[in-house]
Amino acid sequence: MTVEQDQELPPRPSDTRTLGDPIVMIENVQKSFGDNHVLKDVSLSVRKGEVVVICGRSGSGKSTLLRCIDQLESIDGGTIRAAGHLMGFREANGKRVALRDSQIAKQQRDLGMVFQNFNLFPHVSVIENITMAPVRILKRNVAEVREEARALLRRVGLPDKENAYPRQLSGGQQQRVAIARALAMKPQVMLFDEPTSALDPEMISEVLDVMVDLSTQGMTMIVVTHEMGFARAAADRVILMHDGQVVEEAPPEKFFTNPESEHTTLFLSKILHH
Amino acid sequence: MNWSWEIFFSYVTNGLMLQGAWTTVWLSVISMALGLGLGVLAAMMKMYGNRTLRWTAEFYIWLFRGTPVLIQLVIIYTGLPQLGIRLTVIESAILGLALNEGAYLAEIIRSGIMSVDKGQTDASRAVGMTWRQRMWLVILPQATRTIIPPLGNQFNGMLKTTSLASVISMEELMRMAQMLAQTQFRVLEAYTCAALWYLILVSIWSVIQVRIEARYEKPFGPDEAVSFDAKKARRAAFRKSKPVKEA
Ligand SMILES: Nc1ncnc2c1ncn2[C@@H]1O[C@H](COP(=O)(O)OP(=O)(O)O)[C@@H](O)[C@H]1O
Ligand SMILES: [Mg+2]
Repeated sequence: MTVEQDQELPPRPSDTRTLGDPIVMIENVQKSFGDNHVLKDVSLSVRKGEVVVICGRSGSGKSTLLRCIDQLESIDGGTIRAAGHLMGFREANGKRVALRDSQIAKQQRDLGMVFQNFNLFPHVSVIENITMAPVRILKRNVAEVREEARALLRRVGLPDKENAYPRQLSGGQQQRVAIARALAMKPQVMLFDEPTSALDPEMISEVLDVMVDLSTQGMTMIVVTHEMGFARAAADRVILMHDGQVVEEAPPEKFFTNPESEHTTLFLSKILHH
Repeated sequence: MNWSWEIFFSYVTNGLMLQGAWTTVWLSVISMALGLGLGVLAAMMKMYGNRTLRWTAEFYIWLFRGTPVLIQLVIIYTGLPQLGIRLTVIESAILGLALNEGAYLAEIIRSGIMSVDKGQTDASRAVGMTWRQRMWLVILPQATRTIIPPLGNQFNGMLKTTSLASVISMEELMRMAQMLAQTQFRVLEAYTCAALWYLILVSIWSVIQVRIEARYEKPFGPDEAVSFDAKKARRAAFRKSKPVKEA
């Protein structure tokens, strides 16, 4: 997507943030699992501070796209630039060289990811879930990191849970800890893969509230979700993926009222009428 | 009948027997520890190595699980000198037992690692852990829970398998019993005494094993920690049991 197109997007009514330069640039990405061609030439650009919601029916490749951005899956073609890294590769005099696992790990530290099933570390307490990476990987000062972790727990509304273990928490609380864990690495971009899909209905809003809060504080976010309320409230752009391709890309107002793709119309009729 | 309780009891506390029992214990512990190291290494090579490492591990596991320990010990102690590799009895016994054990433990460790939820790998990679960091900080601490029970059973087996080292003249329980049997021709008393000592050692280990397993069977977290779902269920049960107030 070109910058000109971006400038056509009206600012969100809810706040007056100005979006920065592109911080995630996905160009012509291809990904297959065996014979299954999952991402078919996907291109997408996200600017600093922007919130992009991705929706689409199950199996359309949303998770795979996020996992490719974060290098949990390698790509078969195209390029992904995120947080200043050419994800998965390094450039050596004009050529691309695949990176080793440990070098990819360094790139991953600048992106945060939140999963549908939380994936907290069950063998350590809440605060250790949050401090583990900054302390053990970045070798930062323990006391300092703990203070930051406590501040993060306050931010996600769980100030009294630092010594609890994941199994003692509800799904909504676990997901908020997972968000805090990702934020502890001070990522430049946060990726959310259906963060509320595994939650009981009464816990969805506590997680969405944290995410809305995060978006108003200027975090760049790519969110796969079917929570259209969140898309309306927080998204700068909504994207529909269908069969491994981006088929609609529009600001929320346009996406919900006047979409261009028939797939979007169909998708919206399904999701809004039940 | 020719059984002497007197001789039997004198054997039970005989200095040679006690020494043999002690040797059995340390030989088992050292072989198990080395076997564990080899097992972890082989499991890692098989799961995460390139083709050469994978095949090396496969070959090692196949070879040592496919041949009797007795032959492995005899080859190491009496066969290798032919190739110019001379090991002492103790070295041979430890090497043979550890190599054999490692082949079995490799499979146990591999299944333990595979039992850890795939999401744990995703989450640890997403915060930027390298392979080594996520193994050490996230995967192995959780795999331990699955590995501990079969590991305890393997050690039980190890205590008894060490008796095979007697054929290369390792002076553990079995060998000591042989020596006693040969000096006084009290064969039944000597071997029964060795059997009793194995029973004692294995029983002591069982007690320890039960304690270790109890510790690792508990869910992660402090004792008083009750899971959220359990709390929820209890509250629901309580609400149901409450008599409905009459209007
Ligand atoms: N690790 C994998 N191995 C093989 N196939 C996969 C894997 N992950 C996803 N797929 C396939 O890729 C397609 C897209 O999956 P996914 O990205 O999870 O879709 P979505 O998140 O939109 O539901 C599906 O057909 C799925 O079966
Ligand atoms: Mg998905």
